[in-house]
Amino acid sequence: MSVATTEIGERRAVISGVGQSEIGRRLFRSGTDLTVEAALRAAEDAGLDRRAIDGVSTWPGGQGVEGMSPTGATDLKEALRLDLRWWSGGSETAGQYGAVFNAIAAVGAGFANHVVCFRTVTEATASAQMTGHTSLVGAGPGRVTGSAQWIAPFNAFSAANWIGMFAQRYMHDFGLTREQLGQIPLACRRHAALNPVAIYREPLTLDDYLAARMISTPFCLYDCDVPVDGSTAVIVSRADAAADLRKPPVRIEAAGMRLTERFSWDQRADLTTMAATDAAASMWARTDLRPADVDVVELYDGFSFIALCWLEALGFFPKGEAGSFLEGGDNISLGGVLPLNTHGGQLSAGRLHGYGFLHEACRQLWGEAGERQVPDAQVAVAAAGGGPLGGCLLLTRS
Amino acid sequence: MSRPVPLLSAVNEPFWTAGADGVLRIRRCLDCGLWVHPPELRCPNCLSRRVEPEAVSGRAEVLTFTVNHQPWQSELVVPYVIAIVELVDAPGVRLTTNIVNCPIGSVHIGMAVQVVFEPLDNVFLPLFEPAVG
Repeated sequence: MSVATTEIGERRAVISGVGQSEIGRRLFRSGTDLTVEAALRAAEDAGLDRRAIDGVSTWPGGQGVEGMSPTGATDLKEALRLDLRWWSGGSETAGQYGAVFNAIAAVGAGFANHVVCFRTVTEATASAQMTGHTSLVGAGPGRVTGSAQWIAPFNAFSAANWIGMFAQRYMHDFGLTREQLGQIPLACRRHAALNPVAIYREPLTLDDYLAARMISTPFCLYDCDVPVDGSTAVIVSRADAAADLRKPPVRIEAAGMRLTERFSWDQRADLTTMAATDAAASMWARTDLRPADVDVVELYDGFSFIALCWLEALGFFPKGEAGSFLEGGDNISLGGVLPLNTHGGQLSAGRLHGYGFLHEACRQLWGEAGERQVPDAQVAVAAAGGGPLGGCLLLTRS
Repeated sequence: MSRPVPLLSAVNEPFWTAGADGVLRIRRCLDCGLWVHPPELRCPNCLSRRVEPEAVSGRAEVLTFTVNHQPWQSELVVPYVIAIVELVDAPGVRLTTNIVNCPIGSVHIGMAVQVVFEPLDNVFLPLFEPAVG
């Protein structure tokens, strides 16, 4: 794969600050309240007055739906009375990081200098206040239309079903065992013990994992992430507008996004891979860095198997060899060759829908990760999305 | 078991109602031969507008599956099997479906299955059961 352009335009953008709101189960706070908290903390982290924020970008955009998308770009504009030169919100992107990719493009084009990118969820509160599940597809009243019509009539409502089928095929083709897959939630839990704001911090053993109730084979309860309330904000700045801010910005070495295969949960030719494969390849085509240069990885784990897919897609082991790479869990633990999801991932730190990984990658590169710091972390990958959704970022310390 | 019902349109109606006479039909381009599923009115390969429902045998192979244990809705009867099958005579066309009429533990990747329709209001859901013969 070659790069069509002569310039890697994402290097005109940097990440100048990050922030998170309170995160928890059933906070009973509004999405916009949480978003404002995260955005102000990110601005403070960057050393920016809020009046310097001239762009807002979010995913999946404000749809007024408590739970998955309670707050849109214009809600934040109103809440902080920002003077915006550019804004965007929407879900038809290369996964959840589409809001970040849009912001990178916007600062590169000169539309804005400092763009707050945010993702806010209130899924825990929404599910407590309603009878249904907010992340189910096609489960509402009325007839199903669009892509949901091909899966919902078969009571395949949850991503646990769709991703579970990818995992089952991978196990069949390559001999991956549950004991090996389980090393991902186990490592996440060990890391969460070192993260004061993680949701689940008590130890989790392999026996606990193997004894847990099944959700959708091969996934048990601990293969599935935990819905939470919370907001994460990341400020994407024009590199030459960030030189005098509070700390040296995180560099964006390369961004990865690609839509080659069918946009579908069941039509992909190779059901042991996901859009992650295409996104990762496009990212590596835009940099001279190689997988061996990466110090820490923060990879989407809405289900354990998605993180495995990203590890393989990014080339940290040959295709089909995830089982031996994960065996025993040392490789992916703090102190191992490739620490994974050092904050606990979504499996133990909560479903911040991709942005928890980006937040943690930046904290690691700034040396701000406390007890869970990877020594001298210089290069990190953050990735979000499963199935036909996928986008990734290769980040470096200034 | 309760199920969401697809909303019929000019594009999807031939697929969802094919089971009325017990025959599965998939749209196919009359000019280049591409099977087009989910259905479209124009061939995404050769751009022909002659894309018409074509009868297939209903035989398929289980590409992968999952046993769902979680009662996502109170009226669901669990466990049940969700699978992706590929149609034997429409290569490349996959359907997400349920495998029925067999013990859950007997479902496996590579299993030969055949279509069996479940009527539901005015649609006929293509489910699959073990192939005979």
